[in-house]
Amino acid sequence: MASFLQRLFGGEKNSKDLAKDRLKLVLIHDRASMSPAMMEHLRRDLIEVISRYMDFDEAALDVQMAEQDNMTMLEVNIPVSSVKRNAGV
Amino acid sequence: MGEVIVVTSGKGGVGKTTTAANIGTGLAAQGKRVVLMDTDIGLRNLDVVMGLENRIVYDIVDIAQGHCKLKQGMIKDKRFPELYLIPAAQTKDKTAVTEEQVRAICNELKQEADYIIVDCPAGIEQGFKNAIAGADRAIVVTNPEVSAVRDADRIIGLLEAHGLGNPQLVLNRVRPNMVRQGDMMSVDDILEILAIKLLGVIPDDDSIVISTNRGEPTVLDQQSRAGQAYRNIVKRILGEEVPLMNLEVEEGFFARLMKLFKGN
Repeated sequence: MASFLQRLFGGEKNSKDLAKDRLKLVLIHDRASMSPAMMEHLRRDLIEVISRYMDFDEAALDVQMAEQDNMTMLEVNIPVSSVKRNAGV
Repeated sequence: MGEVIVVTSGKGGVGKTTTAANIGTGLAAQGKRVVLMDTDIGLRNLDVVMGLENRIVYDIVDIAQGHCKLKQGMIKDKRFPELYLIPAAQTKDKTAVTEEQVRAICNELKQEADYIIVDCPAGIEQGFKNAIAGADRAIVVTNPEVSAVRDADRIIGLLEAHGLGNPQLVLNRVRPNMVRQGDMMSVDDILEILAIKLLGVIPDDDSIVISTNRGEPTVLDQQSRAGQAYRNIVKRILGEEVPLMNLEVEEGFFARLMKLFKGN
């Protein structure tokens, strides 16, 4: 009863809401994590697709997951040397 | 042709073995032919929960490595004629059996039994891979706690990656008083987070401790609320539509008055 009134007037958050919020956040990170093997697959697929459209240094292609403002970003950096003019047209 | 159901959780201590024992026993009580299989090699416990620890001669490693016939390694339950236990080995480690061996045992059992309930070890390593190798579907057990739910989410992902999509959830050790007070995540909270189908909810119940002490699965205790929850789960596995039971314990007027004075 006392704790109920405290919550009603004191604005203290239910501990289960706290648990839920923390869980949701930690699961965003957990679910976005990729194994090194999967990252390597992604890297190879990216090289295959992108090389249809442009020439670039494959060794310099950099793929990584990053956290930004509570969002998971896939960051891909590719130094392009030249674009294939008629690709895919 | 029988069905292989693996009971898994990721985190240890959430009630996997208790759930496997109660579901298996409950199915046998409904007249089904059931084999319980403990794959937690090195840390076997399904035998003591079932009260069959004194009958063990052979174990799953003996069966896998051909030291005995499958039938010889199956311990007959003392309560039901069509309930059997294949115990884990206690002195070996989780690499003593392979995924192929477990799959072969499951396939052989499916010819005779209606249900094969596999008790999976905690963790996500080889023991987990062995346990799910022969499974047709999976049950994920968790508690309404941050750590257990997090691990359940990981396990759901891994099950999916191994071709066991759409597992069903058993939420164990729910304390209705704490849920009402906002100090424990509710069934709905957890379903929202995990996005998974619910198989059943088990209230936190002293009768589980007592029945485990005795080696008698709670599902057979007609007075137990946890037992009732497990009986409902068994009916749902058999395809019956059973509504979730009300977890609130009926309190008399006097008990409620006392609570009001005590301030909770």
